[in-house]
Amino acid sequence: MALINRNFRTGLLTVIAAFMLAIMPLPDWAVKFRPDWVTLVMIYWAMTIPDRIGVISAWLAGLMLDVSYGTLLGQQAAGLVIVIYVIHMQHQRLRAASLIQQAIVIFFLLLIKQLLVLWVDGILGRAPDIWYYFMPTITSTLLWPWLYLILRDLHRKFGRIPAYS
Amino acid sequence: MQSIFSQGPSASARMIILVLASLALMTVDHRWHQLEVVRSALSTLLYPLQYTVDLPIRFYYWGEEVFSTRQTLLKKNREYETRYLENRVQLQKLDILQRENARLRQLLGATPETAERLLIAEIIKVDVDPNRQLIVLNKGSHNDIYVGQPVIDAQGVMGQVIHVGPLSSTAILITDISHAIPVQVDRNGLRAIAFGSGNINELELRNLPHNTDIRVGDTLVTSGLGNHFPANYPVATVTSVKRLPGELFARISAKPLALLDQGREVLLLWNNKADNPLAAGESPKTDGQTKIGTPADKDKPKSATDKQPSKQASKQKSEQ
Repeated sequence: MALINRNFRTGLLTVIAAFMLAIMPLPDWAVKFRPDWVTLVMIYWAMTIPDRIGVISAWLAGLMLDVSYGTLLGQQAAGLVIVIYVIHMQHQRLRAASLIQQAIVIFFLLLIKQLLVLWVDGILGRAPDIWYYFMPTITSTLLWPWLYLILRDLHRKFGRIPAYS
Repeated sequence: MQSIFSQGPSASARMIILVLASLALMTVDHRWHQLEVVRSALSTLLYPLQYTVDLPIRFYYWGEEVFSTRQTLLKKNREYETRYLENRVQLQKLDILQRENARLRQLLGATPETAERLLIAEIIKVDVDPNRQLIVLNKGSHNDIYVGQPVIDAQGVMGQVIHVGPLSSTAILITDISHAIPVQVDRNGLRAIAFGSGNINELELRNLPHNTDIRVGDTLVTSGLGNHFPANYPVATVTSVKRLPGELFARISAKPLALLDQGREVLLLWNNKADNPLAAGESPKTDGQTKIGTPADKDKPKSATDKQPSKQASKQKSEQ
């Protein structure tokens, strides 16, 4: 139990850090390239501790994202739930995959999430310029291998990976 | 540790339920604006994060204040004193003009303009949705901020509040793609609606015919129609007027006067018209809807509240 709690606490702290990175002010040119920090961190935890982090935590995180971004409540949450659902279902396969393969899967998942958010924006009649809209997807994908290694180290140091993984 | 036979609904069922819940939330949020309570509660949770992210910038400003030299302080002080004197002289004139205006209004039988309440708020430097133009302010319902409240700076109108939390609030800028503000040309009183373009230094005036009397350099001020923004605050200057023969309407763009992407302090106005019985029927929630919606929505508050202008507006429309 203590182990699970420690895992969960580490997870919570990294998600909070991801939120801070997500709202940190960046120069104008860089804003368009901001990686989707919260989704990436949630993906990592859904992959490594699927018994603790699942679709419900993803939904709550998504709602917080909606509040911080000023999007409709549920807009980011729905996308995040779908991404985490796929990760949750495939976590054993993904864990065995190489970092590059993981990154490719994540690329497509993030693409789906962005499309869902864009779709809702389109319905509301405020779809933005398309050319840079998918930049975060690309930067997030490129960032994944590094983020994975950092989170794994943090996880080992503060949370310890359970024996079964 | 890990239960093999997991309890409760399966992950698929949970996913479907949550996606449906999200869809329901989005619909309720968009159509009826009933979720402000949830949003403001969640924003309270978020406030410490926003505050922490903003801390280095706060610290920078604080350092700038603490470590500024006596020389610069003296210089600034002198500068402010001169400006204060200048403003005083102008205010003297304004005082007389105001009294004269009140007298003339009395003669005309028009309602006098009452004073407005002001509050200075600071922008919390956090980034929001990169595709929209929103700012986060450090004042919330704790300071009586309400949804739909006008936000201005020393130069002109910036936008209006759209979400209020207990300690912070979110405001939408006039250049956001889903925002529109009723304006009039300072020079001749021509009314128009300035739509946000999604670009931080551009507003668009749509649906004005080719023969409209509008020129580059004209100042646009709020018209006060729609009972949202108080009248006669500067909004933008016209930067280009293109009359393309192939198009139905002239293509007019304007540059906002307020420094939308600079500065740290903004002013929040309490529009006295909120006490107006005509506007009382409009709750702040429907206010948000009327301003941030489809163009068709935008005409509603006007026809409901300002009788005469709406007539003129419809006349203008029928001419088009």
